Amino acid sequence: MAVKNIMIVGVGGQGTLLTSRILGGLATAGGYDVKLSEVHGMAQRGGSVVTFVRYGEKVAEPIVEEGQADVLIAFEKLEALRYAHFLKKDGALIVNDWRIDPIPVVIGAAKYPEGIIETLKQEHKVYTVNATEESKKLGNPRVFNLIVLGIAAQHMDFTKEEWYDVIGHTVPPKTIEINKKAFDVGYHLISE
Amino acid sequence: MSEKKRVIMLGNEAIARGAYEAGVKVSAAYPGTPSTEISEYLVQYKEDLYCEWSPNEKVATEVAIGASVAGVRAMSCMKHVGFNVAADPAYTVSYMGVNGGLVIVVADDPGLYSSQNEQDTRMVARAAQLPVLEPSDSSEAKEFMKQAFELSEQFDRPFVFRTTTRLAHSQGVVELGERRRVVDKPYEKNIRRTVMMPANAKLRHVEIEKRNLELAEAANTLAVNRVELKDTKIGVITSGIPYQYVKEALPEASVLKLGMVNPLPRKLIEEFAAKVEKLYIIEELDPVIEEQVKSWGIEAEGKELFTVQGEYSANMIRRAVLGEEPDIAAPAQVPVRPPILCPGCPHRSVYYVVKKLNLHVAGDIGCYTLGAVAPLGVVDTTICMGASISSLHGMEKAKGKEYIKNWVAAIGDSTFLHTGVNSLMNMVYNHATGTVLILDNSTTGMTGHQDHAATGKTLQGDPAYAIDIAALCRAIGVRNVTEVNAFDLETLERVIKEEVAKDEVSVIITKTPCVLLSKEKKPLYIAHEDRCKKCGMCMKPGCPAMTKRENGTVRIDDTMCTGCGLCRDLCKFDAIELVKAGDR
Repeated sequence: MAVKNIMIVGVGGQGTLLTSRILGGLATAGGYDVKLSEVHGMAQRGGSVVTFVRYGEKVAEPIVEEGQADVLIAFEKLEALRYAHFLKKDGALIVNDWRIDPIPVVIGAAKYPEGIIETLKQEHKVYTVNATEESKKLGNPRVFNLIVLGIAAQHMDFTKEEWYDVIGHTVPPKTIEINKKAFDVGYHLISE
Repeated sequence: MSEKKRVIMLGNEAIARGAYEAGVKVSAAYPGTPSTEISEYLVQYKEDLYCEWSPNEKVATEVAIGASVAGVRAMSCMKHVGFNVAADPAYTVSYMGVNGGLVIVVADDPGLYSSQNEQDTRMVARAAQLPVLEPSDSSEAKEFMKQAFELSEQFDRPFVFRTTTRLAHSQGVVELGERRRVVDKPYEKNIRRTVMMPANAKLRHVEIEKRNLELAEAANTLAVNRVELKDTKIGVITSGIPYQYVKEALPEASVLKLGMVNPLPRKLIEEFAAKVEKLYIIEELDPVIEEQVKSWGIEAEGKELFTVQGEYSANMIRRAVLGEEPDIAAPAQVPVRPPILCPGCPHRSVYYVVKKLNLHVAGDIGCYTLGAVAPLGVVDTTICMGASISSLHGMEKAKGKEYIKNWVAAIGDSTFLHTGVNSLMNMVYNHATGTVLILDNSTTGMTGHQDHAATGKTLQGDPAYAIDIAALCRAIGVRNVTEVNAFDLETLERVIKEEVAKDEVSVIITKTPCVLLSKEKKPLYIAHEDRCKKCGMCMKPGCPAMTKRENGTVRIDDTMCTGCGLCRDLCKFDAIELVKAGDR
């Protein structure tokens, strides 16, 4: 198969590293060659962060470049807009309909763009969910990223059992059940 | 293990695994992005090896040298700027050679994801005459580590193992091997090799020049340097992560992939250059390979086409070499999202007071560097580890003690123990009067919470004596040492005012743990819309959990608030209220 390019974007501290571990584990268990690139250090302190995941028969570079992403997973909608040009023309864009103001907006030096989802829909196939609110209903706002991954799973090449398996191996043991539940919420959600 | 286990590993994890499989017995390091996780992964093998956090990279490297002298395989790990701190032992151990294999792992940061400069470790290694291996992915990272130790012992040279952020923080597939049983080398006293006084060092210099020539000759046939001969219209010499971009952009080109980037295999390069019509040299940062190759009279293109700044990409190579312009949509114009202090960070509270008092800050390296940007904007200088205290001292000697009453130095606990403590000794010794804030959050924060000599725990998880920073300052001779809670605004303001006014050195320790350290349930505050007078006081410290509603009143994001209460303390109208108590 051709190399599949996935990107996860969000705000430092939103759990992008955990998500990348799940995707890495998934692709490895599937027997693919896989490369995955993530951000540690200063940017993890509330900055814009991006994780690249590439899997297929043979993967060379560990990054996804502009215009190459098959799936773009955004944990925050401004970050979806920032990285949307990385998508292929027919790529899937999965957006957590959630707003976190960057510091220029907080201090009034810049405006948070209006109508991001509508803007994105003009150019891309967009799937949205307010995963943060949905995860609060499950009792833990930290598991919102599994809801988003659940939607992304509809556009990737793995079975639900494979996802369950890697979630079980990756998240802290006490949180396996709630993370699986969150994944289910996204997996069964049809949103366009 | 009968069949080889295939796992996915971060570059840094693969380096740790390689060290384990190579039979390393001692490793010492100081945390620094992008090198930190090497030690954090290495500790899982603590039954078979010893690893530690040292207070700085010089100490770490000397620990490794000692272990090598004693006859075991040893290493130290650091980021590129940490290698400057370790330069003193590194330059001289280059003369000494090794008993047990010795490897210094150094991680560069092209693109400055988390660093204060973009220096190229290969330049430093060349100056120190240290050979350098550089892998291109996780699998090579593990295998090259084993190679590094073999070559180190075979050629009697300490090796530098160079990585970059993209390699250190990329995951790739790795096949696990077994740990090699390495027999300790006997220690035989031989001061000509181990006492680097002039007469001995003079002879060792001759010896290592000889060894490096032998190594350069051997490099022509070493498996880490590899020719991939394909279409000979385009030939590329490359190494490290750029190799992957070359393979992506120019799959048909011939490639000479260098795994050893110092010394270079001259014969191999000359032969390769003769086989290809057009030669490119593609390396991130400085033209280290290029300048040497060109000095041998070989025609090639390199930095004429490629920048010395930042990271490369396949698209960049397509543009430069093939003249192709990929069809890419323009990015949307959106507000930037720079890193900021976390909600509930104790540094925010301290900086709020410092700003209120209109003080300048000689800053340092850590999360608190972020106090330089809006809306706090209090930090005036950031240079390197420990420089806050010594540069404050320099300002005083330049402009006098009245001038320095408008300044403080601000340094974290881990950075203070790294090199700040030397600078404080200097202040006391040389009659300074400045005020030093030690922002003690009980951890090494920016790199992801590593222990240090004042946290009471070692890398291996054992309890340890926790240095009493206040007592240490007093022992140095600081007479004015005050400990304050970072969130006690009133006391903090009073103490800072008093201490900067004194004509003596003062240390104020703001002792409040990093908010990310505790996993306990945090309290939660809400802002009442009807009571908010839109005065903006609570927004001044720039907490990311606080935003404004359409009507200008303040809203607290309940998924981000960690309940520090700073906004509540600043609100004069009781609009902010505790709605959920935490565990603390």
